Amino acid sequence: MVGLHEYLVVSGLLFLIGAVGVLTRTNGLILFMSLELMLNAVNLTFVALARYTGSLDGHVFVFLVTAVAAAEAAVGLAIFVSLFRLHRSVNVDQMNAMGE
Amino acid sequence: MERVLFYALSGISVLAALWMITRRSPLSSALSLVVTFLGLAALYAMLDAQLLFVVQIWVYAGAVMVLVLFVIMLLNLREEESRMAAASWGRFALCGILALGLAWKAFGVLAGVRGIAPPVSSEFGGVASVAEILFTRYLVQFQLVGLLLLAVVVGVVVLAKRAR
Amino acid sequence: MEATWLWLIPIAPLVTSVLCGAIALATRNAEAPPRRLVGWLACLGPGLSFALSLLAWTELRGLMPVGRMLSQTAYRWIDSGVLQLDVGFVVDPLSSLMLLFVTGVGTLIHIYSTGYMHAERGFARYFAYLNLFMFSMLILVLADSLPLLFVGWEGVGLCSYLLIGYWFEDPAKAAAGKKAFVVNRIGDFGVLIAMFLVLWTLQGVGSASLSFADLRRHTEAFTPALATAVCLLLFLGATGKSAQIPLYVWLPDAMAGPTPVSALIHAATMVTAGVYLVARMHFLFALSPVASTIVAVVGAATALLAATIAVAQNDFKKVLAYSTVSQLGYMFVGVGVGAYGAGIFHVFTHAFFKACLFLGSGAVIHALHDEQDIRRMGGLRHKMPLTFWTFVIATLALAGIPPLAGFFSKDHILWEALSKPNVVAPWLPPVLWVVLVAAALCTAFYMWRLVALVFLGSFRGDAHTYEHAHEAPPSMAMPLVLLATGSVLVGLLGVPHLLGGSNRLESWLHPSFTLAQDTHLESPPHEGEESGGSAAETEASVGHEPVSAHATSAALPESAAMAVALAAGLLGLGLGHQLYVRRPQAASALAMRLPAVRRLLAGKYFIDELYAAAIVRPLRLFSDRVLWRIVDMRLIDGSVRLLGWLTWALSVAFRFAQSGYVQTYVLVVVLGVFALLWRVL
Repeated sequence: MVGLHEYLVVSGLLFLIGAVGVLTRTNGLILFMSLELMLNAVNLTFVALARYTGSLDGHVFVFLVTAVAAAEAAVGLAIFVSLFRLHRSVNVDQMNAMGE
Repeated sequence: MERVLFYALSGISVLAALWMITRRSPLSSALSLVVTFLGLAALYAMLDAQLLFVVQIWVYAGAVMVLVLFVIMLLNLREEESRMAAASWGRFALCGILALGLAWKAFGVLAGVRGIAPPVSSEFGGVASVAEILFTRYLVQFQLVGLLLLAVVVGVVVLAKRAR
Repeated sequence: MEATWLWLIPIAPLVTSVLCGAIALATRNAEAPPRRLVGWLACLGPGLSFALSLLAWTELRGLMPVGRMLSQTAYRWIDSGVLQLDVGFVVDPLSSLMLLFVTGVGTLIHIYSTGYMHAERGFARYFAYLNLFMFSMLILVLADSLPLLFVGWEGVGLCSYLLIGYWFEDPAKAAAGKKAFVVNRIGDFGVLIAMFLVLWTLQGVGSASLSFADLRRHTEAFTPALATAVCLLLFLGATGKSAQIPLYVWLPDAMAGPTPVSALIHAATMVTAGVYLVARMHFLFALSPVASTIVAVVGAATALLAATIAVAQNDFKKVLAYSTVSQLGYMFVGVGVGAYGAGIFHVFTHAFFKACLFLGSGAVIHALHDEQDIRRMGGLRHKMPLTFWTFVIATLALAGIPPLAGFFSKDHILWEALSKPNVVAPWLPPVLWVVLVAAALCTAFYMWRLVALVFLGSFRGDAHTYEHAHEAPPSMAMPLVLLATGSVLVGLLGVPHLLGGSNRLESWLHPSFTLAQDTHLESPPHEGEESGGSAAETEASVGHEPVSAHATSAALPESAAMAVALAAGLLGLGLGHQLYVRRPQAASALAMRLPAVRRLLAGKYFIDELYAAAIVRPLRLFSDRVLWRIVDMRLIDGSVRLLGWLTWALSVAFRFAQSGYVQTYVLVVVLGVFALLWRVL
């Protein structure tokens, strides 16, 4: 049988990969996708734990996370589109206007 | 048998994820992310999360990634100039170190976690069961998410409008 | 005995001072100040104080000698654990005497000032300061504790500064005021340290209130070394206030102020505060023969030094200033050898004739339109007869010619200095006596020189000034007459037994100088006059005490000493007359034969220059190079600027956190989470 810890290892790995992606990629869309990957890793954790404790609360949480992630995706992409119109690129290194 | 399936699916997911963060072309990254999502969906299925298995495919692979691909196509994003030009090696190294360290710690803890799946009913993770909890105990949260989606719709419309 | 009206004595001049000050402020832009109003007001304050002082004195006379004291405790001033001090006033025989001549002579000088300062625009301001001075001086005299005395002490120093620098538009005069204040401050430092030492010593005994009564009760707490230290520090203050070596240098410069100020402050009242302090603390000085000896030695040295300088001065007021310094030296010799009554007696007589001399000089200067150089005077006896005669009377009193006042007081000091044995330096008494006699000779000499150059002979200035010279107006003449009369009469209060008198002043003062415990520590004030401090002695019976056997044997040396002193005075007068009246060329011939001596004396032994080079200049350099350049600019300003720089540096360091790059923000978050997780896991 597959133990809980194995699922958690996978989840952790995915999360870390997503984090590295967020921190290192300068292309905004790829950064965004790495973010989604992190959220999914967390979802996996919830589902695994829900199964191994026998409660469905984890599923509900995943449901909600998915909904919010989708919403966030929509908004984020809309922002990227606007930014692209301004900068002609989605390179986050060029977007430091918030620093001033 | 189950273990083989598990290792295969997780391996695919992780590899696809790695592929995603290291590609120059955003299109390749997006497609590999789709593969990751599908792999995860399969893992959900293995965990008796039937509704979520479907929702994952519908929402993530089917809606979110389509949106992303749509935007990539719309903006006509090309490949990056040089390999990992988008990433600085310094940051990568730092993150790598951090990640390895955290992983070390985390996995050390995880070694103590051993669980065996308790037996569950066949209804576990089915639409009816999830719906029952969702609409009773978590009704407020559900409604709030609905509100959130409404706000998002409005926001997106505003954001995406061309300035006159 | 309780007397709840004592506080009125100092308050009267304070009130009038404030009123005059208010008038001065209100009329500062007016053409002429309201002279009549201010004049009456200003003389009213001290006048009232004088009347009240007379009242106090008569009340005091009605009491028995033992507890002869009026006191009033006004209110609690300091209430802080170790120190519990009340503001209180006390009138005992000593302070009653001081009160009388301070207020009496003070009132006369106020009246004189209304005439002298008539032409001044700052008329009201002058009297505001002068009344404030009276207030401070009265606080000083009436104080029943060291700190309260010190309040008055500082007050008179302040008023002295204000009045010396009265014509502050002249930078030289303003500088003189500043010099007086700074030099006084050095002395004040000594008094402060002395007070702290006393407090520190007494706190172990329990109560510490620094009142004189308290201090007298606890003299056993003082080791001889401690008593010496305290006394020397107090004496340092006295040298400052009373112009002795080494802090006398401000007094000649103080002549820059108006002449009545010189008369009041620098002759009759403020400069006697030092002597008064020593007299008040007599019980402590009695514990320290070393300190008392030093006081006497310094006094004698100052007396001779100042007298020799006065011989060569050409400014009218400077001669009188050095004369004051010299006479103050006499007073300190008196209190230094333990003859407190003698010292105070000389304070008393000196007030009269010195004030008269100064006021006379004021009349002359006023008449000659502010001429002060005696080489340009002469022959004024015909133009200003009243001034002349009062001046001569006061001069003779100063020179010590009987039966005028100065003879009795000066002679008493001389005799006490010679006859009281000294435990520290047994060879000292004759030396002191010789020095004082020499000083007396010089005194008579330079005073008669002054009289001769100013009033006798013929006028050496320009004719125009001589034409306009006139006698003093009544407001100025009346005090002159009164003071001259005083110079004649007050000596009779202290006629010694030798000449058949009963020395009433001495016996009046005696209760103030007994010690708390048995009086065997203090020798009787005058051999055979009265037994030491026994109770139930009335004033009338003193003169009839049985004269013990050794009194007659002591009479011979005493009369011999008296004769020698008198001879010295007459010799000085004669020399002065010879050199400056009969053969005027002889004086200048003598001066030319000894040019070095002349330069030394005229240059005041170059002490001022010495101080300037050895103390003032190094201090200035230190302040500029070290305290300003290094401490102020580098350390203090630098540390402030360092703070500013630190802020800037830190901000540079933290600026990266606001780079605007999302990934930087995420990195920071991740690092934080990482740290957290590391701890948790």
